[in-house]
Amino acid sequence: MPKLPLPPLPKMLNPRPPRPSEVEEVKPLDQAKEAGIHAVDWIDERTSLSGALRWVMFRKVPKGTNWFYTLGSATLFAFLSQAVTGVFLAMYYTPSVTDAYESTRHITNEVFLGEFVRGMHKWGSTMMVILIFLHMGRVFFFGAYKYPREMNWIIGFVLLILTFVMSLTGYLLPFDQRSYWATIVAANITASGPVVGPYLGDFLRGGAEFGATTLSRFYSIHMLLVPGLIAALIGAHIYLVTKLGTTAPPWMKADLDENLVEDEV
Amino acid sequence: MPAPRRTPPKPKYTSDRLIPGAFEGETVTRRRAMSLAVHAGGGIAVATFALPALGFAIGSAVFERPPVRWEAVGDPADFPNDTYIPRVITTVPGTGEVGKTTVYVRAHNDKIDGPKDPNIPYADEQGGDFVALSTRCMHLGCPVRFVAASERFICPCHGGVYTFTGEVAGGPPVRPLDRFYVRVRNSQLEIGPRYSVNSEFERFPHYRDPAQPLDGVGQYLYPGRFSTPLMDN
Repeated sequence: MPKLPLPPLPKMLNPRPPRPSEVEEVKPLDQAKEAGIHAVDWIDERTSLSGALRWVMFRKVPKGTNWFYTLGSATLFAFLSQAVTGVFLAMYYTPSVTDAYESTRHITNEVFLGEFVRGMHKWGSTMMVILIFLHMGRVFFFGAYKYPREMNWIIGFVLLILTFVMSLTGYLLPFDQRSYWATIVAANITASGPVVGPYLGDFLRGGAEFGATTLSRFYSIHMLLVPGLIAALIGAHIYLVTKLGTTAPPWMKADLDENLVEDEV
Repeated sequence: MPAPRRTPPKPKYTSDRLIPGAFEGETVTRRRAMSLAVHAGGGIAVATFALPALGFAIGSAVFERPPVRWEAVGDPADFPNDTYIPRVITTVPGTGEVGKTTVYVRAHNDKIDGPKDPNIPYADEQGGDFVALSTRCMHLGCPVRFVAASERFICPCHGGVYTFTGEVAGGPPVRPLDRFYVRVRNSQLEIGPRYSVNSEFERFPHYRDPAQPLDGVGQYLYPGRFSTPLMDN
């Protein structure tokens, strides 16, 4: 790199170059600069994380990769946003039939930034479903579900269903009239399946009637059971994407090896 | 391409395979027996917490039978036989407003309802003298309301309509409105557990959820549950 000329400073302010006999001492500033690198090195030497990171982050992608390929990451970030806002909403929310509505009102009206965080969670859930479908459409129309990526399509489908379970269980938690009756309807739809339906409905409600345990049941499913499953399956999903690579768009033609092209006779 | 590998089948007994310390007639190596034992131990350890947790989530939800509750709603003379009087009762105690439901009550009317059912529980305590209709719509469970002018029950959600007796007059509901057992004690009309009826007004003591038809094959597809109160007579 070409060295730029120093600004015209008075001579006394210019750094004195070391004499040939002097051993250059390690200055504290340089040590501080190296500290970060040392720490990273210390961890990497013991975990080999950099190899894994390089494997994940610096992959080869096919020619023609475009903005549609970001929909999967967008869905991931929608999930992360839901996870973070959800964890913080749980700090103020009370999952009890008598206090749930009041605590939701408290979050919305009184907690600093409460309306914003709750709004993020509420609208983010819709956004996540929309993004999942766009991502699914991209995969479908680009033929990215085909061999060898069928497994990832199946995992993605399970993730879609789990997201619906999140939507259903989360809908009850504000505990207003709309939540309550929507859950009644959802439980009755579940119960309308033949033979096992009535028992599934009982399992969902925690009994024959919408009772004290229904809300805490939905709360536990919404914030403990399903998020864990989703996070684990997203891990598997991303592992397979990394391992198998992404597909080229269907309109890209494979480059022909020039040695194999015969001249037209 | 390498030739397909063909290893000769191993002899059945470990002593024939020249494994040191083998007993005569032993077919499983000790290494294999040990690893099977460790896997079985792990499986038992997981089952020790997973099965109770599953039973905890399902057991009381599906198999616990709630007690029969009776709730007084007023003087029996308050209820005419040509229109319904709404009363609010508690179906799930301890849950505040959520556990309450509206019941439409009237006296039995031979001209509308036909003869009284002699086999209904508490028949000797005027069990058949009153009609108590549930407000739970038999489509998907929204609350119906009684419109006196048209003598119809109307559901706000998906347009279910019922006649004065609770029979389906239109819309998606699959069976007539549920009813409640009644009795008169201490000169008070008391409302008891809910029961379901099919379109012939045949009684089903274990009440079913909405959206479960009880005519024909429906009564077998939607069996009674363990989670509904059981009348003792």
